[in-house]
Amino acid sequence: MLGQPSRRGHAAVGYVPQRRHFEADVHVRGRSIVRLGLDGEQWGLPLSVFSRNKAREVAKRVQEAIDLVGASSYADRPIGQLSGGEQQRLLIAQALVTRPRILALDEPLDSLDLRNQQAVAGVIKHISRATGAAVLLVTHDINPILAAVDRVVYIVHGQVAIGTPEEVITTETLSRLFSTPIEVLRASDGRVIVVGHTEEEVSYHAYPER
Amino acid sequence: MLILSADIGELSWDLLADLQRLLHYAFMRNAYLAGTLVALAAGLMGYFMVLRSQSFAGHSLANVGFAGATGAFLFGIPTVIGLFLAGVLAAFGIHALNTEGQRESQQSDIAVGAVLTASFALGFLFIHLSSAEYAANVYTVLFGNVLGVSLVDVWIIFYATLLLLGVLALIARPLFFASLDPDVAAVRGVPVRMLGLIYLVLLALMVAIAVQIVGVLLIFTLLVTPAAIAQLLSSRPAVAATISVILALSFTWAGLAVGYFTPYPVIFYITSFAFGTYLLARLVPLAIHSASTVWYSKKGVNV
Repeated sequence: MLGQPSRRGHAAVGYVPQRRHFEADVHVRGRSIVRLGLDGEQWGLPLSVFSRNKAREVAKRVQEAIDLVGASSYADRPIGQLSGGEQQRLLIAQALVTRPRILALDEPLDSLDLRNQQAVAGVIKHISRATGAAVLLVTHDINPILAAVDRVVYIVHGQVAIGTPEEVITTETLSRLFSTPIEVLRASDGRVIVVGHTEEEVSYHAYPER
Repeated sequence: MLILSADIGELSWDLLADLQRLLHYAFMRNAYLAGTLVALAAGLMGYFMVLRSQSFAGHSLANVGFAGATGAFLFGIPTVIGLFLAGVLAAFGIHALNTEGQRESQQSDIAVGAVLTASFALGFLFIHLSSAEYAANVYTVLFGNVLGVSLVDVWIIFYATLLLLGVLALIARPLFFASLDPDVAAVRGVPVRMLGLIYLVLLALMVAIAVQIVGVLLIFTLLVTPAAIAQLLSSRPAVAATISVILALSFTWAGLAVGYFTPYPVIFYITSFAFGTYLLARLVPLAIHSASTVWYSKKGVNV
C-alpha cells in the first residue's frame, strides 16, 4: 500500500469507523480528542509535556485539522455536548491530523439529519481538494454525497460496477445490478437523484412525489 | 480519638504554632505522609475511573478488599498483601465478565454485584473465624484508620504509590485513548483489552494502600468525588487530572487538620469536604444558569 507493506495503524491512512457517539457525560474537549489522532497510541508521556517547541508544533497540527473540517468554533467544548454532525467533523479531523494520503470513512453520513449530511459531505469534498488525499468512503445512500464523488464502485450480489458517476449511475446499469427497477433522475441544476421503484425504498432522501 | 483530645489543646489561630502542634506527634506526621501519597495516586486513578464510567467496578474492588483484609488477618499474612491479592482476583473476574469493552453492560453490572456481595459474606465468615479481639478491627477495615499508620506502612504506601504512578505515566496516553474511543484506539494498535486489565490491577493496588486511610466503604471519597468535580470544572484532560489531584490533597489535608483539633473522626471530615465541594460544583452552575435566565427574562430577552 503506497509502496509499503500494509499493516495495522498505517500513518498514511486515516480511518473513521462507522458512526460512534460520545455520551453526554463525556467531559473532554474536542481538541483533545483530535490530538489523540496524532500519537494517542504511543506509550509514555507525550514529548509536548517536556518541550515547548514540540507542544507548539502539535497545537498547530491539531488546529490545522480542526480548521480543515470547519470545527474551530466548538473544538474546545466538551464533545458529549456537541451534535452528531459536530462530533463527526471532529472525528474526521482526528483522522486527518496525521496528514494521511488516504482517508477511509465508513458510513460518514449515517444517522445525521439532512442538513448535517450536506454539511459533512461538503467538508469531505473540501478535504479531498485541499489536502489532495484520496477519500475512500462506504455509504448505503449515495444521494447526499453524490456531488462530491469522482468515482463510484457498486458491489451488489457479487457483481461490480466501477467508473465515474455519469457512467455508472444510470437507470440501466443500476436496475441491472440490483435486479430491481431503479430510476436515475437529473435535476435542473445537473444533480443526480437515485430513486428505487419498489415499495421498499432504496433511497430515503429522495422525494419522488415532488 | 479520646486519647487525642487530652493534650492537644485549643487552636491558637497562629498559623505557624498550630502547624507545629499539628505535626508534633509522629502519628500525625505519618498520617499526613500516607494521606498525601494516597490522595495523589487516587486523584489520578480517579480521573480515569470517571472517564471510563467504571466507578462501580472500583467500588466492587474495594468491597472485595473487605474479604481480603479479614482473610489476611485470619491466615496471618500482612493486610496490604491480602487486600492486593483479593483485588487482583476481583480485577481478573471483572475483566472476564466485561466482554463488551469499557462501558459495562447491565448484565455484567449484575454479575459484579453478585461477586461483591459474596465476597462481603466471605469477609464476615473470616471475622467469625478470627479471634474476638479482631472483630473490633472491622471498623478499621470499613472506615480506615488514618491516625494508626505506622512508619513501615508509610514506606509501603510510598513504594506502592511510586510503582503506581510509574505504570500510570507509561500507559496514561493509550489508556486515555482506549477509554474514550476503544474502536479507533484498537485500529491504531492500542491493546484495549489488556489496558483495561492493567488499569483494574492498578486499581487493586490503589485500593490496597487506600483502605488504611479511608476504609473500603469510604474509598469513593478520594477516588471518585475529586475526579468527578474536576471533570465538571475542566474539559482539558491534563487540567482536569491536576484539579482532581489538588482536590484530593486538599480534602485530605483539611480533614486531618480539622479532625486533629476536634474530637470527631478525620474520615468524616475528609468525606464531608469532598461531598460539600461536589454539591457546590453541581449546584453553582445550575444557580448561575437560572439566575441568568431570570435576569434575561426581566430584560425581555428570550433565551
